[in-house]
This record gives sequence, C-alpha cells and structure tokens, in this order.
Amino acid sequence: MRSTICLLAAVLPLAAQVSYDRLRQADSEPANWLTYSGNYSAQRYSGLNQITAANVQHLRPVWVYQMQTTERIETSPVVADGIMYVSEPGGSVTALDTVTGRPLWKYARTIAKGARGCCGEVNRGVAILNDMVYVGTFDSHLVALDIKSGIVRWDSEVADPKLGYSITAAPLALKDKIVIGIAGGEYGVRGLIDAYDAKTGQRAWRFWTVPAAGEPGSETWAGDSAKTGAAPTWVTGAYDPEQNIVYWGTGNPGPDWNGDARVGDNLYSDCLVALDGDTGKLKWHFQFTPHDTHDWDSTEIPVLADAVVRGEKHKAVLFGNRNAFYYVLDRTSGKFLAGRAFAKQSWAKGLDDSGRPIMLPNSTPTTEGAKIYPDLSGGTNWFSPSYSPRTNLFYVPARDVGGVYLKGNAEYKQGAQFNGGGQSPIVGENPTGAIRALTPDTGELKWEFKLYSDAGAGILSTAGNLVFAGTNEGDFFALDAAAGRSLWHFQTGATINANPVSYQSGGKQQVAIASGNSIFVFALED
Amino acid sequence: MRLICMIFSFALAATAQLVPFDPEYVIPKNNPNTTPADLKNGQQLFMGQCARCHGPKGEGGRGAVLAQPRLRHAPDDEALFHVIQDGIKGTEMPAGYAVDTLETWQIAAYVRSLGRVPPETVPGDAKRGQELYRSKGHCNQCHIISGQGGSIGPELTEIASRRSAAHLRAAVLDPESTLPEGFLEVRLVTKDGGRITGVRLNEDTFTIQVLDLNGGLHSFVKEDLKELQRDTGKSPMPSFRGTLSAAEVDDLVAYLYSLRGNQ
Repeated sequence: MRSTICLLAAVLPLAAQVSYDRLRQADSEPANWLTYSGNYSAQRYSGLNQITAANVQHLRPVWVYQMQTTERIETSPVVADGIMYVSEPGGSVTALDTVTGRPLWKYARTIAKGARGCCGEVNRGVAILNDMVYVGTFDSHLVALDIKSGIVRWDSEVADPKLGYSITAAPLALKDKIVIGIAGGEYGVRGLIDAYDAKTGQRAWRFWTVPAAGEPGSETWAGDSAKTGAAPTWVTGAYDPEQNIVYWGTGNPGPDWNGDARVGDNLYSDCLVALDGDTGKLKWHFQFTPHDTHDWDSTEIPVLADAVVRGEKHKAVLFGNRNAFYYVLDRTSGKFLAGRAFAKQSWAKGLDDSGRPIMLPNSTPTTEGAKIYPDLSGGTNWFSPSYSPRTNLFYVPARDVGGVYLKGNAEYKQGAQFNGGGQSPIVGENPTGAIRALTPDTGELKWEFKLYSDAGAGILSTAGNLVFAGTNEGDFFALDAAAGRSLWHFQTGATINANPVSYQSGGKQQVAIASGNSIFVFALED
Repeated sequence: MRLICMIFSFALAATAQLVPFDPEYVIPKNNPNTTPADLKNGQQLFMGQCARCHGPKGEGGRGAVLAQPRLRHAPDDEALFHVIQDGIKGTEMPAGYAVDTLETWQIAAYVRSLGRVPPETVPGDAKRGQELYRSKGHCNQCHIISGQGGSIGPELTEIASRRSAAHLRAAVLDPESTLPEGFLEVRLVTKDGGRITGVRLNEDTFTIQVLDLNGGLHSFVKEDLKELQRDTGKSPMPSFRGTLSAAEVDDLVAYLYSLRGNQ
C-alpha cells in the first residue's frame, strides 16, 4: 500500500494550494499562470524566457487535449504547480497534468433548461484560490470545486437564466472573495458585478451597472428605459491590490442598435468601473461610448501599468476599446490622460480633452442601413491584449472591418432578444486585421503585423521577447516583440478564438492555446 | 491551354451575424404566418435582405433559384425557417440579419409563394447547347457535369438550381462580371523564378494554396515567394462573345439552364 502511495506521489503532481498572497505576487512565479490574465494587472505577460527568438523555430506540440464538444472554445487555461485547469463550454472544468496532457479529474456541468445567450455556450476560464477552483456557468451559477477532485463544494445562483442572464467570463479571485460578471446584453437584463465569499458562496456585494430610479446615473436614461438597460459584464477585469480596486468593463446598453427610447448617456454602459474590492462601491467610472447604438461593449481587458503622459508618471489603466480607440486613464482617479484610434473607424472625429468621443454625422444606425467603421465586433473585442514591461509596448489584436448598421423595432419581452436592429457586412469587403504594438503612454503605433483576416484571438507577450497570437485560419504564431517580425507559425487546423498562456512544466516552458475543440500545448523540442 | 472556366465557386465562407431567437420557441412543422399581410411584409424583408443574390422574384443570380417548387436545403417549412435564421454552412448563404421569429416566417411565406411562379423560359435549344458545350466551347476541359470533365472550373451538374439564366448568360459573355465572393486569380513568382498563374483555393496569414491553370495543386509559404500578385476582379475564363454566335450562346445557356441535377 505504501509503495502505491509513493508511486502516485511520484507520478502525479501535487494539487495546488494557491493562496491570495501567491495570486498577488504572481509575477514572482512565472512557472505558473495563476489567473485568467496571468496577473492581477491583466498584462498577459509571462516572465519565462526559455523560448526566445533564437530558438522559437524549435517549438513543437507536446500534447493536445480534445474536448467533446462542437461549441466554440474561448478558454484561457490557469496553471498551478503542474496542473492545468481548463474550462469547457457551459461551465465544465477539466484538470490536466501538464507533462502528459492526461486528465486528472473532470467536472461536467449540466446546463439548466431555458438558459440562453447571444453567442454560444462559451466559457473563458476559471479562477483558483486556496483549495478551490471557481467557474461561472452558462445557466448563471458560480460554482466552487474541490481543487483535488473537481467535486462541488458550493453552487450559487448569480442571476435568473430565464431572464437572459448567462455567465461566460472567468471569475476573479481576490482576498477571500470571488468576483464574477454576467452576459445578457442582447436580452435587456440589468447588468451586475458580484462578489461571493470564497468559502461559503454567500454573496458579499453586488454592483448594478444600471442604476435604479433616483440613484446617481439614473438621469442618463429617458423614461423607464433603464429597466432594460443591459450593460453586461462578460469579460474578467483587473485588480490593484495596493488600492484595493477592482477594474471591470461594462457592455452595451439595451436595445443594442436603437437608442430612441433611452435618450441620454446611459450610465454605466460601455464604461470602465472602479469598485472597492471589499464593498463593491463605485469609486469612479469612465464611459468610452456614451449612448452607444453600435453594440460596442467596453468589456475588453483593463491593463494596469505605469504610463508617462506629458512628462508625468501615472499609475494607469490601458484600454484598447471595441469602439476602435485606445485610452490611457489614471487608475486612481479615472481621469482621461491620452487616447487615439488604433483601428479603422469612421464614427468619431477624435476624443475631446475629457476623453469623450466627438461624434461625426451619419454614424448611427438607420432603417436603410448606415455604413460605419468599425463593425459591431469592433476595433478589438473580448480577446486579450498584452503589455510587456520588457518592451514597454501594448499589443492589441486589431480589426479593420466596417458594417452596415440597421435600426429596427425594439419591443421588450422577458427572456427574448432585445436588439432593435442589426448589422450586415459590407458587400465585397474582406475583413482584415493586424497585431498592433502601441506606445502605452500615447497609443502611437510602433509596429504592426498584418493578418490575412480580422483578429479574433488574444495575445501573450513573454520575457523571451516574443509575442504569441492566433488567427481565424488556425495559425498559432510568434513574433519578435520589439519589431513585429514573424519568427514561427504552426497550423492548428481550426479557428483560434482564445488567449494564449505560458508556464513551466517539468522544467520546460510551455505555451498553450485553444483552437477548434482542443488545447494545443507547445514546448521546445529536446 | 484554352481555359473555359465558367463560374468559380471557391468562395470563402461569408461572414454571418447570427441572431438567435428565443431558445424556448418550438418551431412548428408548418408556417403559422401566411396571411396576405405576412406575405407582404415577407416580400419587403426579402427585397432588403435576400433579393440582391436570389433576385426579386427568386429567379436566382449569385444565389440559388428560389422560384421552384422544391428547395434542396429546405424541403419543408421547418428547414426553411432554419436556413433563413442560420444560413447554410459552407456556402455563401449567410444567416438573416436581425430577423425575429415572425419575420423569419414571413420571409419563408414569401419564398414559398415564389415556388408557384412558373420556371423561366429561355430561348435556344438545350440539345444543341449540350453539343456546343463539348465541341466549340470545350467547356468540359475545365468543368465536370455528372462526373465527366476537367476539374479546374466549378462543377456544373446542378448549376441551374443555383444560378438564373441571366446570370449564366452573363457568365458566358462576361465571366468577370459574375465572380463569386472570395474568388481570386493570383500570379506567383517562386524564389527560383518559377511563374504560376492560378486560382486561389485557400489562404491564411502565412501560406497560400493555388490551383494552377494546368490543374496542378500548389501550397506555398508566402515567405518563400518572390512575388504574389492578386488579380482582383479577373478570371482565367475567356468571354465567348465573338467565339460563339448569338444563337449558339442561346443554345449553350439553354443547356446550362437545364442542369438541375437529380431533382
């Protein structure tokens, strides 16, 4: 018996115990990838440097994990102490040994009947804290799993899926709480960001992204339009432990493409909100697209880094927005510091001194259809940008695609789509895109690597001076982080709609990306 | 080599914006919205979203002919509902844009009404056209019909179920006016000076796949090419204007318009 136990211990990696201190100091242990974006600053940067420009051509797949699903895979794995935790569509989770790719356990989620969402049962990842793994489910629950077995410790309903709420985002674990956002922007839900007690699943706080009548911000909604105001929160935010501030992006106001009934700026839709980590109280907000009628959710990743603007150093938040503009905000005050377009756009003359867009005429949907750049999927989208402290560059997956925006009727019916129009492609226009490297302080373009079609996957930068990204056509590739030169590419055989991560396994740096229904893991050949 | 490529269909999948309907909605077998008012609204929606490819009376064009009693991808109303809502994967047919359940049924009602329109009559003798296809036209060098012919051009076995007679005539006389979405003629120069002209089969950021005009398949890493020229709007298929008489064009079009497969 004893020998069996010893054998198991030798073969299987030890299950992780990931304390809050470890999460907070994730940069000091680059062998792991402990949060959705790699660290609380959401930089999606790996401090590992085994793989470099000099040897990246020897990068080879070492194992592949295939999910039994036809749903789109948008997951970004979390890795702790040799074990990879992967979420699957709907909110299932699998733990994999990073040496062999073999599953250690699996939590299979059965989605409650009546769950609905605009864009498939996708799930983007998990959070880990101490001895638990946390995942949001498509039927709007937050579930805590035992980290060694995948057995449910608690399961809390966040919101009613029949109203159109779903969860696709990875949770964010901080201190003793699990923060989670919801999707449902196409169903006229009332958006929210919640925090739950990590041990019990009891709700600790809730921030409504659409204010109730009489609350500050309610004056930005005409009539009772706030009741169906949406502003969902479907991508994981960032956290500044020093200031104890959670930064989280909010989505489109509802209905998406017809703003007639919701005259006003429609707070807090299309915002970055800064919330107190203990109470969820709003510290400040910055709205990127007031009174949006394009479905330009601001649910992109807020990246925390220092920026020097007009000679002054700021603790900043860097934000590549779906509306095609890049923003630098002071992350203590929310003050706009700098911004400029990073992708093709035709809707705004620019940003004023406060960061508010200066709208151009003919840039809103019409019943006949209005040609506007960018299209509804935006200049970028949920897939992650990356910031490298080594190169001091902000890397953004960019889309240069326009659309014909149609305004239609919008009648709210509980649980049904509430869009008020739509958007069709521009006939004869091939979608294009690029990986763009921006100077973080100003958004000035440093270099770009053109893609065959529009960007649809996230970016990882590494201390090996590399940038990894993927394409719609299935290429996973590496660029020189300083100059954007192509160094390596691998055809995975299916569209990549996910974010890369990097960590160490058995002493070797690995890079992982989801493609098709699979996780591909690469390392240097021996 | 003489190239007689009719209508290339190496189109890349069109981008579609999916607008799902209420998932609790149970799709009935038969269209529940077929009143004259539904038909009228369906026609209006059809004109806005469908007519550009299918023609205002479903006579076809770049899109399939809908003015026929039986639709291959939509044998019943439920299937037609799905085609309008979701598009047809692997084809140029996208999902309907922001059409809700009622609007989908109204479009479906209008599409079904087109099936009662008698098929287009075309001048010309299909039998003579069949002969011209092989003899003077040499069309079989590049196109396959019922398993016979060359494979450089697209298969034509069921071409009349997807293209109108007017579209086929335009393809014969002015092939470059009827290029499908995503079609691209390319000219390549390899590092060792080799020159290839052909049709792009596929492409990504790093590679390109080409069918050359002699029927050879190639796949290149772009870095290995000295030149990559994109002849947007060009087709290797020559015009038959001047090669065939007006009566012969009528005959050839009549033959092509008779190709409806096994339906």
